Amino acid sequence: MSLLKSNKKIVSNTKNNIVTYAILLGFFAFAFIWAQTGEMPRKIQNLLVPLCVYSILAVSLNLVVGVLGDLSLGHAGFMCIGAYTGAVFTNIFETVIPNDFIRFGLALVIGGIFAAIFGFIICIPVLRLKGDYLAIVTLAFGEIIKNILNIVYLGVDSEGLKMSIDGTSYNDMLLDDGQTIIKGAMGITGTSRDANFIIAFVLLFVTVMASLNLINSRTGRAVMAIRDNSIAAQTIGINISKYKLIVFTIASFFAGIAGVLFSHNMNSFSASGFDYNTSILILVYVVLGGIGSIRGSVVAAIILYALPELLREVGEYRMLFYAILLIVMMIVNNNEKINDMKKSFMLKFKKNKTVSEGGKN
Amino acid sequence: MEFLSTVIAGISLGSIYALIALGYTMVYGIAKMLNFAHGDVIMVGAFMMFTALTKTSLPPIACIIIGTVICTVLGMLIEKIAYKPLRSATSLSVLITAIGVSYFLQNSAQLIFGAGTKQFTPLFGNGSISLFEGQVVISHNTIVTIAISVVLMIVLTLFINKTKTGRAMLAVSEDKGAAQLMGINVNKTISITFAIGSALAAIAGALLCSSYPILSPTTGAMPGIKAFTAAVFGGIGSIPGAMIGGILLGLIENLSKVYISTQLSDAIVFGILIIILLVKPTGILGKKISEKV
Repeated sequence: MSLLKSNKKIVSNTKNNIVTYAILLGFFAFAFIWAQTGEMPRKIQNLLVPLCVYSILAVSLNLVVGVLGDLSLGHAGFMCIGAYTGAVFTNIFETVIPNDFIRFGLALVIGGIFAAIFGFIICIPVLRLKGDYLAIVTLAFGEIIKNILNIVYLGVDSEGLKMSIDGTSYNDMLLDDGQTIIKGAMGITGTSRDANFIIAFVLLFVTVMASLNLINSRTGRAVMAIRDNSIAAQTIGINISKYKLIVFTIASFFAGIAGVLFSHNMNSFSASGFDYNTSILILVYVVLGGIGSIRGSVVAAIILYALPELLREVGEYRMLFYAILLIVMMIVNNNEKINDMKKSFMLKFKKNKTVSEGGKN
Repeated sequence: MEFLSTVIAGISLGSIYALIALGYTMVYGIAKMLNFAHGDVIMVGAFMMFTALTKTSLPPIACIIIGTVICTVLGMLIEKIAYKPLRSATSLSVLITAIGVSYFLQNSAQLIFGAGTKQFTPLFGNGSISLFEGQVVISHNTIVTIAISVVLMIVLTLFINKTKTGRAMLAVSEDKGAAQLMGINVNKTISITFAIGSALAAIAGALLCSSYPILSPTTGAMPGIKAFTAAVFGGIGSIPGAMIGGILLGLIENLSKVYISTQLSDAIVFGILIIILLVKPTGILGKKISEKV
């Protein structure tokens, strides 16, 4: 009986995943065919890559918030690291590797790995913390990354790489044949725009697939056990630190990849763009899409990012609207009466279903 | 002598942080939640005072009182509408709600007052005192800031330790259930805590904007986070801890601004937060609470 039950669960999981993939592919087919007809307005064409970027960010943050149950407020920091390392790589190797595709692929891998390394390092102190403290420390890390990258100058000349945190001494250091890559608070300008919608979509698809597979794996179940009750998980022999590290590292890897995509879709960007507000925006997508629901994150990111961009008049009020939505959702979700109503409704629904199934047999 | 002026300016900034941190620490002690919107209450207070100053001809003291009263009501309203329904919810839900409230306040202010920055007129004049034949210059603002903060801290300490309401607050923070059995109205006590915290935040807003006279909808966010750092530094839940933490943090920030790097001062402050949480998560004066199964 229990085997049957678990089998049923696996089947419903697979069904669920297929729906998620179908939604993704449908979104891609729709956007792709629309773009091919040549009738897609410029405005929407420009939105396609950022949509994928924010969807990847939302999915990866959902791994931390929804699956692991820890609130991270520094997700933009990992994106920032990915964006910087990826763009620096592309700028240095622009002439060495002339093939756009290979160079961008390498930039993606490097950006992702660097972000993952930082995610790993940052996770080590975070392991000891819980709840509010963890949130504030991730926020602090995000701000530190932003602050430090904001004053870094990096350039390349015939002697090699030159780096400084002081603009004037940097100018003295750099030889005349040098080329500046990171210009302090001005950030990085003129990165080759290698990102396009197809690559971005493939990356989004891979992220979603990896996340779903992670959730449905042994690792994923261990992580969710930690989320639901860390002490109980510990007593049955789950190594909490190990799984937390795994989730943080994977989430920051994908955030780094999103950062690389972002930086290769912009003429210029600077570290101050990756502030606490960006992290919160990603969190809004995760919460409104449903904490723990990968599909919800993608859908919420696409709708919530595209709508205000398309309806400029609403744009002014969108943040206010999101704020109210956040508060209302949390209150409704935690209201006992509403939860009871939901439960009794679901119970009725299930009863009806079994009755009708029984009737058939 | 530069060192002395830096230290005095640091203490002044630190006492502002301490006032804000008191709000964090009291709310954390009693409601066991991180009130993320606390920093934005500072901003609302400062905007109210700014409006009162520019639109009416009231004296500065009256403007401060108006701002403080509005923030007190605002703090109680926030607690009633957003946090009270979530008393038994997980800390993740409460934190997300608090972020929602913070966002709501910032964006409302942006819609009402515009996103641009405003020039705040210092409330206590532009005069200054010079000591040691002009080698050390202390502005009136700095002196008033330190004086007001010290008076408020003494009043608050007396209030908490000597009055019935204050002791009720201590009891609720110790054990909510037992306090209720002793006949303490827990909801009212939590409401009062939010009111006091928000009033302190409003006064801190007036002092902050007098020293750094730029006002925008995001003015409160950074000082709010730094004040939380100060509260953690001193040991969250502890009132003297928040005072010590705030002043130390202000000193560290100002010293690193002058002697290390202006742009890195924020990174240094946050670095300290991380180190403290690693080495002594309970802070300087915090108590260790072990989790029960």
